[in-house]
Amino acid sequence: MCDTCGCNITPGNREFAYKPVNGTTAVAVLKSLLARNDDQAIHNRQHFDRQRLLTINLMSSPGSGKTALLEATIDALRNEYRIGVIEGDLETENDAKRIRAKGVPAHQITTGSACHLDAHMVHEALHQFPLAELDILFIENVGNLVCPASFDLGQHRNVVLLSVTEGDDKPAKYPVMFRAADLLLLSKSDLLPLLDDFSPARAEANLRNLASTVPVMQLAARKALGLQPWLDWLRSELAWQRARVDRGETVQPRLQADGAQLHEAAR
Amino acid sequence: MHELSLCQSLIDQVQQLALTHGAQSVGLVTLKIGPLSGVEPALMQHAYPFASAGTLAAESTLVIELAPLQVRCESCGAETEAEPSRLVCAACGGCHTQLVSGDEMLLMSVELITAEGSNHV
Repeated sequence: MCDTCGCNITPGNREFAYKPVNGTTAVAVLKSLLARNDDQAIHNRQHFDRQRLLTINLMSSPGSGKTALLEATIDALRNEYRIGVIEGDLETENDAKRIRAKGVPAHQITTGSACHLDAHMVHEALHQFPLAELDILFIENVGNLVCPASFDLGQHRNVVLLSVTEGDDKPAKYPVMFRAADLLLLSKSDLLPLLDDFSPARAEANLRNLASTVPVMQLAARKALGLQPWLDWLRSELAWQRARVDRGETVQPRLQADGAQLHEAAR
Repeated sequence: MHELSLCQSLIDQVQQLALTHGAQSVGLVTLKIGPLSGVEPALMQHAYPFASAGTLAAESTLVIELAPLQVRCESCGAETEAEPSRLVCAACGGCHTQLVSGDEMLLMSVELITAEGSNHV
């Protein structure tokens, strides 16, 4: 949402926005507390769109298989697309090394004690990348189901992983994160026969309870099982992104859908 | 989430407003926070004095209005109350709903105190 066209005024706060105070006309501030981050995110998105790049923000809890998914994706799409990866972790270059071992450019952001990436960190990382030589940029966020959901990085789509060893009620427990997903991947699905307490149907039902209609896919990256729907999703997202850029448009993840809709209504 | 850093960015915004309007200090600072914003109001209140110390907002009071969680159903058109983990329509049970209110984290208004009296901005 922006502060220029009034799209941040929703039916829920409209009354407050124009309420006169002490008989004088009050100019309400109505600025998001994340305004600085959001401005930077818009700038980042312009960078990506200029290069006709699709940028995906990968989020999940630690150890649910984000890096393994990227390794399998790089192997599968090696001859099709040029991929780059920004890795976010509190410490170590481990993940970036794993990605570089696949022959793909990777930049590691070590956040120290910060539990999420923000738009400014990503912007600094962009200068380490030959963006013009990429088709898809993955941002592997810090493993955390809470904070990363609230920070727009400039990505076009959010992909959230939920590994089957975690519990199928995670969407109900972390609604802010799972509401933000444009695609939910149930990872490590090869372990399902060994687990008697994870039901993919229940996980999906918990997601639907958040009024989310996004696709849900099962895959096992390390066994290269069920990758095809995910790869097809990436292919079509990249095609849509390029078509959008050619029309001079851009897209934000589902997270900001309400604001985008109000934008449309205001036209 | 990041209530202290959010508070610092809030104080930056408030301080900027106060300077722009030539205010000497700040009275009430009003926020609107929804249950799906990722911000915990109690932690925000706790962090506020630390973030505002030594600024024009040092003597100010933080007021947090809680935004209701409401969805509008695309199927039956009803506007109903919802729960953070259950955003389906309370009228028809449909899952095609739009959030009407509940994910806000907004700085709504700031009371600026100038030499002649106080001004609301």
